[in-house]
Amino acid sequence: MGSSSLHVLKGINLSVEDGELVAIMGSSGSGKSTLLNIIGMLDVHDTGTYELDKVIIEDLDETKAAKYRNKFLGFIFQSFNLINYKTALENVSLPLYYQGMKRKERQEKALKYLASVGLADWATHLPSELSGGQKQRVAIARALASEPKLLLADEPTGALDTKTSCEVMDIIQKINQEGKTILVVTHEEDIAHMCKRIVRLKDGVIIEDKKVEQVLAEQYV
Amino acid sequence: MFSRDRWQEIFETIRKNKLRTFLSGFTVALGIFIFIILFGFGNGLKNSFKEFFLDDATNTLFLFAGKTSLPYKGFKANRRIEFKNDDLKDIKENFPFFLEYITPRISRRASVRYKNEFDNYTTRGVAPDHQFAEKTIIMKGRYINELDIQNKSKHAVIGRLVARDLFKQENPIGKFIDVGNSVFKVVGVFQDDGGDNEERFIYIPYTTRQLLEKGNDKIDQIIVAFRPELGHTGAVAFEKQLRKFLKEKKSIAPKDPRGIFIRNIADQLKQNQQFANVLQLIVTFVGLGTLIAGIIGISNIMVFVVKERTKELGIRKALGATPKSVINMILQESIFITTISGYVGMAIAIMILKNMGESLEDYFIKNPYIDIETALFSTLILILFGGIAGYVPAKRAARIKPIVALRDE
Repeated sequence: MGSSSLHVLKGINLSVEDGELVAIMGSSGSGKSTLLNIIGMLDVHDTGTYELDKVIIEDLDETKAAKYRNKFLGFIFQSFNLINYKTALENVSLPLYYQGMKRKERQEKALKYLASVGLADWATHLPSELSGGQKQRVAIARALASEPKLLLADEPTGALDTKTSCEVMDIIQKINQEGKTILVVTHEEDIAHMCKRIVRLKDGVIIEDKKVEQVLAEQYV
Repeated sequence: MFSRDRWQEIFETIRKNKLRTFLSGFTVALGIFIFIILFGFGNGLKNSFKEFFLDDATNTLFLFAGKTSLPYKGFKANRRIEFKNDDLKDIKENFPFFLEYITPRISRRASVRYKNEFDNYTTRGVAPDHQFAEKTIIMKGRYINELDIQNKSKHAVIGRLVARDLFKQENPIGKFIDVGNSVFKVVGVFQDDGGDNEERFIYIPYTTRQLLEKGNDKIDQIIVAFRPELGHTGAVAFEKQLRKFLKEKKSIAPKDPRGIFIRNIADQLKQNQQFANVLQLIVTFVGLGTLIAGIIGISNIMVFVVKERTKELGIRKALGATPKSVINMILQESIFITTISGYVGMAIAIMILKNMGESLEDYFIKNPYIDIETALFSTLILILFGGIAGYVPAKRAARIKPIVALRDE
């Protein structure tokens, strides 16, 4: 590592209310992924405070971070990150396994969330047998299964075509309407406008933070 | 460790990653398999060695006569010393405390014929007690007995291979063979654990041999057995006294190193046992080497397995797996695989060793075996090191930040 340090984020002051759907935008190198990783406890911040659901997140060791992630956070990745040898149902029930839920319970719950993204019939399929959109829907179901406070989506539509992107965004919007707080990192304008608030980052600082008129993805599906 | 849920998770992982499971299991099974086979072969080699060198009675002295090298009592140097029949009697009478038995041996090469089959063999003119000195095992009929000695009868006891070569399928007992132009009746067939050469001898009464050689009473070699309970020290004392007695009797200078030669099998036995110990050391060394090679193999496969799973582990961590649960999962899985496959490899190897028996005797490997303690212990060692080898990369994998693991496309 060496003694020289690189400051990626240079003073971010951001607060997100319950039930918001926020798009974080910026070109590559703007620090948007770093911000998301810190929020997601996949990375740690050097200075400043991070408060999640009235809990100050600090002095994170791996074990503690893992527990917080399991309890508070759900992740949706650009490359889906499904475990390729597990079926859709098993993938969705994995966070529940780490919550210590019983096998039967966890399968019932996982199936419920798979059904909520419209993939109940695909429960026993492996990721390799699913399309990109289906994979991302499985990933969303997995993120929801642990009933997190906050859903973090890192370029959720980055690997999808326009039509499937809208399908995925439609699901995200519906989850938001049910009251879930969601952060979406994206560099696509139209995806950002499907959110309720857009935060623009450049060179590690927030250059714009505004509420926008939400475009419903449903109309494009 | 005993949570049913975690085992289910592990079985699922194993079932769905058959190639990986097979590879690591195969490495372990192969490691233990090779170790046990090699170790067993080493033991087989030791068995052959024992048979070759330790098959004769070990409480015996071999007496030879030669030429003197010093003048003594009016005799010149270079006088040829010869044993006679009365030497047997004198030794018997003078050393009752030490002596267990005594037998002469007169060896002669002779052409031996039965019907159209013939070959050259070594005949040995012996007394009945010779059977104990060579540990000869009678398969059919009987050995030379006292009556044969007294009657100087033309009876012969032939080796298993002599019987096979001359008689083929026929039963040799009661048949007559031509030994150097005299006809002998076969009274017995013997076998000997000392190898093929020892089964090509023909035993006849020593008195018969003397009769054939113009009725002399000369003996080339005397085999004297001492009571085994005397031990090595007793044997050395016996040897010393016997030498002194014979030198006096044959008028040989006490300081003459030649004239009478005594080979003490007890001494030779000691050397052979030392050699056997060296052999054991080599076997152990080879075993240790293969075991280490096995451990290195397992370590490699474990590093590979963890590397392959980096992304999966990152996903699991992002979903809330603690470092401890990641390590436990990898360890439990690897120990499970190594245990099962280790014991499978061990069982197959032991089975092969058991069935091998004497089939590799031509390569000096006889009845290879491994004692169950060594087999179990080495398997345990391999499992243990498989666990350690899995632990190191597992720990490193558990420490990788999920974000780094997830970036690893």
